[in-house]
Amino acid sequence: MKTASKDLTAVSLVKEALEKAHHYQPDYHVFNWINDAAIQRAEEIDRRIAAGEDVGRLAGVPYAVKDNFLTNEGDTTASARILEGFESPVTATAVKKLEAEGAIMIGRTNLDAFAHGSSTENSYFGPTKNSRDLERVAGGSSGGSAVAVALGIVPFTTGTDTGGSIRQPASFNGVFGFKPTYGAISRYGVVAMTSSLDCVGFFAQDAADIDLLMRICAGQDPYDLTSLPDYYGKEQVFDDPVKKIGAVKDFDSEAIAPEIRAVLKQAIEELRENGHEVIELEMPALKYALAAYYIITPAEIASNLSRHDGIRYGFRSENSTGLTELYRNTRGEGFMPENKRRIMVGNFVLSSGFYDAYYLKAAKARTVLIREFEKAFEKCDFLLMPVSPNPAFKLGEKVNDPVAMYLEDVLSVPLNLAGLPGISVPVGETDAGLPVGLQLAGPRRSDRELLRFAGEMHKNSAAGSTERHVDIMGGKD
Amino acid sequence: MGQPSIVSQISEIVNSESGKSYLPTIGIECHVQLSTKTKLFSEVDNDARGKAPNSCVSPVDYGLPGMLPRLNKKAVNYAMRAGLALNSEINLESRFDRKHYFYPDLPKGYQITQLFHPIIGAGSVELPDGTKIRIEHAHLEEDAGKSTHESDYSLIDLNRAGTPLVEIVSMPDIHSAAHARDYTKELWRLMTYAGVTFGDLYNGNMRFDVNISVAEEGSAELGTKTEVKNLNSFRSVERVVEYEIQRQIKLLEGGEAIRQETRGWNDATGETTGQRTKEGAADYRYMPEPDLPPIRLSTEVVEAERMKLPKMPAWYRDQFNRVIGAENVEILLDYRPLMEKLAELGDEAAVKKVANLFASVLLAEENASLLNDELPTREQLLKLVEMLGNNQLSSTGAKEVFLKFFDPEMHYKDTETIAKELGVVQENDLNALEAIVGSVLAKPETKKAQDDYRAGQEKVLGFLVGQVMKESRGKANPSSVQEILKKKLGS
Repeated sequence: MKTASKDLTAVSLVKEALEKAHHYQPDYHVFNWINDAAIQRAEEIDRRIAAGEDVGRLAGVPYAVKDNFLTNEGDTTASARILEGFESPVTATAVKKLEAEGAIMIGRTNLDAFAHGSSTENSYFGPTKNSRDLERVAGGSSGGSAVAVALGIVPFTTGTDTGGSIRQPASFNGVFGFKPTYGAISRYGVVAMTSSLDCVGFFAQDAADIDLLMRICAGQDPYDLTSLPDYYGKEQVFDDPVKKIGAVKDFDSEAIAPEIRAVLKQAIEELRENGHEVIELEMPALKYALAAYYIITPAEIASNLSRHDGIRYGFRSENSTGLTELYRNTRGEGFMPENKRRIMVGNFVLSSGFYDAYYLKAAKARTVLIREFEKAFEKCDFLLMPVSPNPAFKLGEKVNDPVAMYLEDVLSVPLNLAGLPGISVPVGETDAGLPVGLQLAGPRRSDRELLRFAGEMHKNSAAGSTERHVDIMGGKD
Repeated sequence: MGQPSIVSQISEIVNSESGKSYLPTIGIECHVQLSTKTKLFSEVDNDARGKAPNSCVSPVDYGLPGMLPRLNKKAVNYAMRAGLALNSEINLESRFDRKHYFYPDLPKGYQITQLFHPIIGAGSVELPDGTKIRIEHAHLEEDAGKSTHESDYSLIDLNRAGTPLVEIVSMPDIHSAAHARDYTKELWRLMTYAGVTFGDLYNGNMRFDVNISVAEEGSAELGTKTEVKNLNSFRSVERVVEYEIQRQIKLLEGGEAIRQETRGWNDATGETTGQRTKEGAADYRYMPEPDLPPIRLSTEVVEAERMKLPKMPAWYRDQFNRVIGAENVEILLDYRPLMEKLAELGDEAAVKKVANLFASVLLAEENASLLNDELPTREQLLKLVEMLGNNQLSSTGAKEVFLKFFDPEMHYKDTETIAKELGVVQENDLNALEAIVGSVLAKPETKKAQDDYRAGQEKVLGFLVGQVMKESRGKANPSSVQEILKKKLGS
């Protein structure tokens, strides 16, 4: 990605990004907030560059954050009414690290409220549209962040991935979407969805850019006790080049759309042509992943959303008499239907008498799944599978059918449950021109090797050779 | 060793008017606020005494979205120490859980506590009469904030939100109001001696939830229990248990059932009243805390904490019961600095005398404020004991000197200097005393008394002694004066 220098000003980079942001916003609804004041920060960066200062590895690079990262600029809404008008006094660790390297935040991107969803249709502010087809969903929950990169507004955006929220919209929009190993990047200052699964990650056009972002953002944070000790770029999980790729047999089935299977088949052929061994693997425990996910996730969601009570910050319903009514009205009016659905399911599975049957059983299924992945990685270096069963679907098609929407996550949630790194690699598209990404997964901490291999795979793919951009502004060069 | 120091005279069986015998069973949960510098999961000041409401609150305690708890290592150390004071096993791996309920003073909508894997395992507390109360477990958790309810609004103060607590859960081993009182008092002593809490009961540093049931003597099953929460004095624990035992027996005798419920205590009326029944109680929807990894300790760490454990009440009982009597020890045990001072003396005779001064002077109501002051040094006290022993000080003089140890103008001076400045050093030089006696007897106004004494009126001797004391300006040793007078008056 382009960084500011004496020859290329940060102001010109940021100005271009802001112009594109405003241009696309009416049709695509990428942003919840566009930060026009970013120009001032760009001017400051330019002054520092002129003074000969080293402003960092992301000097003047415009970027956008998913609107569930706390920053002290703009309201942090998580696309939920209940956080309306919430100005955070705190900035997320990941954002601080990016800004310390000279990156400039130009806006906050749309998402499903509290990241609950797979289409960005659950946003209080309305859906984000797919970068290739305005009638289709952007994917989700990090839909705005995926589309911002796909439309070339900014070279990278942040996202969060709890069950596929980065990988799936990346696949739907033809960009790289990376979910690191659980704990690689601090969750401090990121509105929690499912604490034990949430990962901070990135969207970019280039796997090498994500490598740079990882070098900047990964690392242990004393403010997140679940963050891993620094390892990114400091250790090698296995020797390059990667040889053996495992293709999960279960995922080449009727449940997966034929166009996705076709892309998968072609990718396997390309890998073989490029000298990699591709083996078929059976992973029977994968079929329990979605059920376990939709128990653990609602349980933690119900817990994490308890703090939104209208007492201290955000939205408070007017005209309530008494405490119970205040809670009921505030939460009733402040949450989206999908938020409420998950809160109710979560409270049900945690209620006394049901805990063992649901939560504890799901936790056990999770352990089984982790073991199965460990076994798989004894046989191969990386796993290859689709990101989701379908390419981008029509707006409104699934939003009223929660189970159909949940099934979209069936291929992405296993990695979250096992804490593994995964990346959606843009490799192909459907006949109708909808992008299709494939998912590469590696063992814990193999993030760097995974990114390198993803870059190589993309380069050798159809998508990599055509380099299609939907850039009506006349291109970025 | 291990002998009960005071024989239990506490009766457990309660006889009703109809002649039936009942055995009460009581279990107590005690919340101890730990006196760490910062809160359990954030870095803000944990000591909010005298501070404005909501001035000691971090984004974590405020329940801001995206905030994650950090773990205060000191609080873990204190919890270990509390556990060691309870003779408990310290669990080398413990975990946090979330307990959910909605209330405005609970910012996150859940309390971080330890349900499934507490840090402190089974232990026991021995009461002064030798009764042993088993500890089921104790765990580390965060306190909630404070609500103040006014007529049509409520105020929330989150200064206390996130204060580390150790909750100590007893087994139902208590069977009388007196033992309930003794147990809570002993817990208070154990925790303050271990140095893990300020132990200020008035300000809620220790709070007690008491579960009470009664069953007919010999019954295999326990009766239905009621719970009274948030008591903050030993006396109120005792009164609640007394009241509940009588109330429950009365209900049973009238053929009524006890309702399992939480009852509130009214200190003014001395009664409990029903608040909410258990059936309608909240389901806390416990869940493992995903933001905190397990606490892992090594045996080395636990042993290091054991070494740091200060002398506990049992040690003082062991040392001093013989010297000053168990009852005196129990009185003085309420004042840890006094016990520490006695232990410093290192001499049994000195302990006896100083303990006496502590009990008679410091614990006298009019001197109560002195207990907050710095205590005299070991040297000052040993010298005081020495001067008492060789009659340089009368017991009255010693008390005067002792009080001056707390005088901001005097406390830094040594004992002899203080005694001299007060003019209370006794004249023990016999020649000097004889001279003073001689001069008094030479005075015409003592003539009649001398005659009366010789005529057999022995009580006038007191008058003469008084005259000598006056002449010596109080410095004469009265018993020596008496001896000399008797000799001179030829009896």
